[in-house]
Amino acid sequence: MSLIQQITEMYTPLLNVENLNVEFRNHAGKSIHAVRDVSFSLGQERLGIVGESGSGKSTVGRSILSLIPTSAKIKANKIALNGVDLLKLSELEMRQFRGNKISMIMQDPKHALNPVMRVGDQIAEAFRLHNRIGRAKAKQKVLDILNDVQIRDPERVFRAYPHELSGGMGQRVMIAMMLIPGPDLLIADEPTSALDVTVQMQILAIIDDLVRDKGMGLIFISHDLNLMASFCDRILIMYAGRIVEECRASELSQAKHPYTKGLLACLPTVENSDQKLTTLNRDPAWLE
Amino acid sequence: MAGIIDIHNLDVHLGRGKDAVHAVRNVSFSVKKGESFGLVGESGSGKSTVLRAISGLYKNFTGKINIDGKVQNQHKGVDFYKNLQMVFQDPYASLHPRHTVDQTLSEPLQIHKLDQVEKRIRTALERVGLGLNFRFRYPHQLSGGQRQRVAIARAMILEPRILLLDEPTSALDVSVQAEVLNLLTELRIEYNLTYILVSHDLAVVAYMCEQIAVMNQGQIVENLSKDQIMKSNATERYTQQLLAASKGYDRDAAGKLLQF
Repeated sequence: MSLIQQITEMYTPLLNVENLNVEFRNHAGKSIHAVRDVSFSLGQERLGIVGESGSGKSTVGRSILSLIPTSAKIKANKIALNGVDLLKLSELEMRQFRGNKISMIMQDPKHALNPVMRVGDQIAEAFRLHNRIGRAKAKQKVLDILNDVQIRDPERVFRAYPHELSGGMGQRVMIAMMLIPGPDLLIADEPTSALDVTVQMQILAIIDDLVRDKGMGLIFISHDLNLMASFCDRILIMYAGRIVEECRASELSQAKHPYTKGLLACLPTVENSDQKLTTLNRDPAWLE
Repeated sequence: MAGIIDIHNLDVHLGRGKDAVHAVRNVSFSVKKGESFGLVGESGSGKSTVLRAISGLYKNFTGKINIDGKVQNQHKGVDFYKNLQMVFQDPYASLHPRHTVDQTLSEPLQIHKLDQVEKRIRTALERVGLGLNFRFRYPHQLSGGQRQRVAIARAMILEPRILLLDEPTSALDVSVQAEVLNLLTELRIEYNLTYILVSHDLAVVAYMCEQIAVMNQGQIVENLSKDQIMKSNATERYTQQLLAASKGYDRDAAGKLLQF
């Protein structure tokens, strides 16, 4: 292997998305261009995608896993994970990647977990799908991972059904399930939006530690600007399907795009309570 | 204790037998006329239950609820609701999907046997910033922010003096939230309304309210003024932790969180 090849390999990003476009068709047959020319790459870092509802941020996350309806059209130059173009894989090959190499934490554990299956069996299933391992060993593995996500009584939670868990516990269980196959890339779609602020802090600390210890890449999708600024390394701001701005999380307050500035300005705080809140004037030019 | 709303030793029990929950424990507070009072707390703290007891949605309460100098018993008449209206969290769930905006707004007028229906509907729509061309639309033809404006118009059409707001902007994007909060502030000044605002979002409550009560496990843990929140001047550990957690993610602080 030549030196140049070696160097390129070293600098191949974990994930490389080039010119992603997603089009949905609604029931009237009208096509909706949900994601437009989105390109970004990701190393072992915490990347935030922020935007309002309908901005296409979740669709970007789901497209990476090809978890969107078959009626939708995905077009991209490439979506490459460790150099492998995911768009060229067959559905069967994709299943080797989904869960195993890339996994996704959804917003609401109440909807994402199977309500009629014990929590422990669900987590074990996620592991056994990708690894040949006996039942007893799998159980031990599940108890370990439940311990990692700071569940105090893993044996009890192992036997519990999802409805017997609180929101925060349910979210820990989902994180455990997503982490047990040892993915390289974790996509978290509003993982803490349904939780109280203190529980949110604990869950983020768990994700933070695990991503750091295991050297994973993280895509964190959220509408919460303050949270993004304090949690991520880098942030992409999406508006109407496009990335309008990219910045370091610590520099979000000095953002340049009028949309980002507008979003930041309309947040209520105790300090600005004597003033009217600034509202967003959407400029048609942002769509260009 | 001469507020427009006086709550004294309120207790609410929900459920029966084994499933019984003591949801609100010995809650007392007083809201002056024209004031905006905030209740914050995490899920399950009983903040919405307090609001629902005041509005008459829960009838199993003990203690005194005094509104406009009148002690409220479990049964409330039409006159009560002329004075007090409520706006709910989810504008997708709180509007009837098969009623047009016009039907939604005229129903309270029929119940209260008010005249000048046409004029009242027009003014209600205008003062929440919706044009008349929204009048014959169905909820699915409206955005989230527009729906919440309809819900506010429905509450305001009776010209009440008190509005109970249960997480009025939690389901909305921040840019839309700003518009709805501005609208609520304008209405309060224009009509000298009294608000009780319930939210889990400390920033929203601190922005909107002069007095704030922090709830945990059915009890009021601490009463704070806007000024105290601005200076992060809370005495209770629970409140301090809530204030810190609302400021964003901090790995060190996350490791030191206590259970309450």
